[in-house]
Amino acid sequence: MLRLDTLVKQYKTGDLALKGIDLEIPDGQVMALIGPSGAGKSTLIRCVNRLVEPTSGKVSLNDMELTTLSQGRLRKARRRMGMIFQEYALVERLTVMENVLSGRLGYVSFWRSYFRKFPQSDIDEAFRLLARVGLDHMADKRADELSGGQRQRVGICRALIQDPELLLVDEPTASLDPKTSRQIMRLIRELCAERKLSAIINIHDVLLAQMFAERIVGLQLGEIVYDGPPDGLTPDVLTQIYGEEDWEATIETVDEEELEDDLVGEETAAGSD
Amino acid sequence: MPLDVKDGLKVWQRRDRNSQLAIWAVQFAAVAIFVYCWQLISDKTIWMFVTDAPRQAADMASRMMPPKWDYLSTLWIPVWDTIAIATLGTLMAIVMAFPIAFLAARNTTPSKTFIRPIALFIIVSSRSINSLLWALMLVTVIGPGVFAGVLAIGFRSIGFCAKLLYEAIEEIDETQVEAITATGANGPQILNYGIVPQILPAFAGISVFRWDINIRESTVLGLVGAGGIGLQLNASINTVTWTQVSVILLVILGTVIVSEWVSAKVRHAII
Amino acid sequence: MSHPTDSLTGRRWKRPPFIASPLLRWGLAVGAAIYLAVAFGTMEVNWSRVADGLPRAQRFLASFFPPDFTSRAEDIFDGILESLWMTVISTVVGIAISIPVGLGAARNLAPRPVYLFSRAVLAVSRTFPEIILALFAVKLFGFGPFAGFLALSIGTIGFYGKLLAEDIEDMDPVQAEAVKATGSSWFQWLNYAVQPQVMPRMIGLGMYRFDINFRESAVVGIVGGGGIGATLLTSFDRYEFDSSAAILLIIIGIVMVVEYSSGYIRRWVQ
Repeated sequence: MLRLDTLVKQYKTGDLALKGIDLEIPDGQVMALIGPSGAGKSTLIRCVNRLVEPTSGKVSLNDMELTTLSQGRLRKARRRMGMIFQEYALVERLTVMENVLSGRLGYVSFWRSYFRKFPQSDIDEAFRLLARVGLDHMADKRADELSGGQRQRVGICRALIQDPELLLVDEPTASLDPKTSRQIMRLIRELCAERKLSAIINIHDVLLAQMFAERIVGLQLGEIVYDGPPDGLTPDVLTQIYGEEDWEATIETVDEEELEDDLVGEETAAGSD
Repeated sequence: MPLDVKDGLKVWQRRDRNSQLAIWAVQFAAVAIFVYCWQLISDKTIWMFVTDAPRQAADMASRMMPPKWDYLSTLWIPVWDTIAIATLGTLMAIVMAFPIAFLAARNTTPSKTFIRPIALFIIVSSRSINSLLWALMLVTVIGPGVFAGVLAIGFRSIGFCAKLLYEAIEEIDETQVEAITATGANGPQILNYGIVPQILPAFAGISVFRWDINIRESTVLGLVGAGGIGLQLNASINTVTWTQVSVILLVILGTVIVSEWVSAKVRHAII
Repeated sequence: MSHPTDSLTGRRWKRPPFIASPLLRWGLAVGAAIYLAVAFGTMEVNWSRVADGLPRAQRFLASFFPPDFTSRAEDIFDGILESLWMTVISTVVGIAISIPVGLGAARNLAPRPVYLFSRAVLAVSRTFPEIILALFAVKLFGFGPFAGFLALSIGTIGFYGKLLAEDIEDMDPVQAEAVKATGSSWFQWLNYAVQPQVMPRMIGLGMYRFDINFRESAVVGIVGGGGIGATLLTSFDRYEFDSSAAILLIIIGIVMVVEYSSGYIRRWVQ
């Protein structure tokens, strides 16, 4: 279980990005974090693995407090949290396999990683994951040769090979077309279920959040303004999160039928990624 | 857009009056400086020699012809030395520039207040001093020869390579580094996986580029005794054997053109 | 997407080599190793001479603490000033000449014969290091800063003209076409379409060349081309290392000032 206690982040510029966030995510729960740009979504997930140092408050993962860890122990703790990024953040000039294996860096010594001599068990797992996302034949391609959707799949493999307990997902679909976005979200959802992972997914697309998350948290100006099930997102709530707009159209499109059907209609509209 | 009202009409002007005046002042100052400097140089020049120069040039050219082609056979070793000076000097420079660049780059330096200024000072000192001056110093200290040339080229190139490299490091994509950090990697691993792959093409390009420049520079190190074809050039000029000078100049021309071609090819292959 | 994943167990992985063909890879590696071995082998290092030099090196380094600015102050001052004028004049003159040459050497601007001629001028003026140019200028024009000025100007033409030509060749043809479409004359077209596109970078490069010329002006003196180089050479010859240290520090200082102010001017221009 991940727990945030009155988490505050104030940047050097004086901007108060998080104003005392209290949040609990039970094991196995997939939670979507929605909110307008600048609401503090990215800051929040980066405060969890301390890519951004929180100003005050506590973050604890299964009763281990992360906020007070030394650098060395923080690295050990980061292995338990896989992160998936907005622009994939693959190391573009490394191969797909190297990118996936980089998820094991916290487990192997520097020299092993320098000579790319990862344990065979890691390599097995990497191939298994790549096969799971349908990219095992691409292992020796360089990351910058892949399409957006393929890159994000590699990013997912890199996060999963860490054998994490928690996924931190930052706008996974921001640079993808609608069809690929859904495929990626579905993949994340399925993998979380298979491995019993909990996840925080930052996402600006309300529709996708409703389709794939069990729980929605709405963030506005560094404060939680909504916390509840996907179907609780009424126009009023959305207005509260994002401001005044006609929300009916957004909500209406969510229905089960569309979830089942692989969105054949969008395929043509979206084109290739 | 500054507008001026003249006779009740709006007149568009590129600049308003004050900035126009400032620009005129700067232009006037620039011209004044130029004229003053020219005056100083002209005072130190014997104009008779200058007016005589075309005749001198024609005379020199006629004495250079025809090139003494047999001399070519004694030039292979100096050419080999020249290339060796450039190559080994470049190698030495890139080995040393690599760590210095990491110490100097704002995003990788261990300490912005202590180590970065030191690294930057090493870079600027190395760059400010021409390789010929380095050679002059080294010849005084360790004696004439190819070794002094290698060190001179090396010392001069450290700053050049490190400067371009640290600028490349400062421009890397930080999210890739962030992603590697998030996996729980330690410092050296982040360097190896997150940063080095991003700067490797720049690094290779810089090295080859500098090698090309160094070929050109190592042709003249011999003038101060640091080995290479410059030794022969100096000797031939001192003994006024102009027919040999023309051969040497052609050889230098050829070496430089070939090295430029090689470096362009290699850089093209890498990037 | 459910593959029979267990069949993947035990599959080996090695990082793919940078050069795919093993023959080429090993050929290059062995070739490079042999070259380096021979290059090192032919480099005769007289270690006893190097060892002899160590105390001198020590004395040289020690002379930086403190350097002696005073005993040759007048020579140093004159030399530095001369270097600075040479730099100013040769940068201005060199750039002024390189503009027409550079325009002529841009493939998208100049007719074929002009292009070839300009490229030849650039190639010749770029190939020879400034110091060789200075050597000949001294032979022709006599000792003094005029020879140095000439050498640096020619070097500037080669450097600046080539970069200007490349910049013009890389410019956005759409903007150029748009201005041409207004019916502008050739010079108007240069002024409105070409100049705005290349100007910011060329100003930066001009500052950079100023910096290079200053550094070069410190060495043309070695062959008699005026500037601080002669003073420096004398101080080395007389083993007056504390004066040499002072001169070197002044050069470093001036280069730093020029670099800092050129960075400032570049930002101001853009």
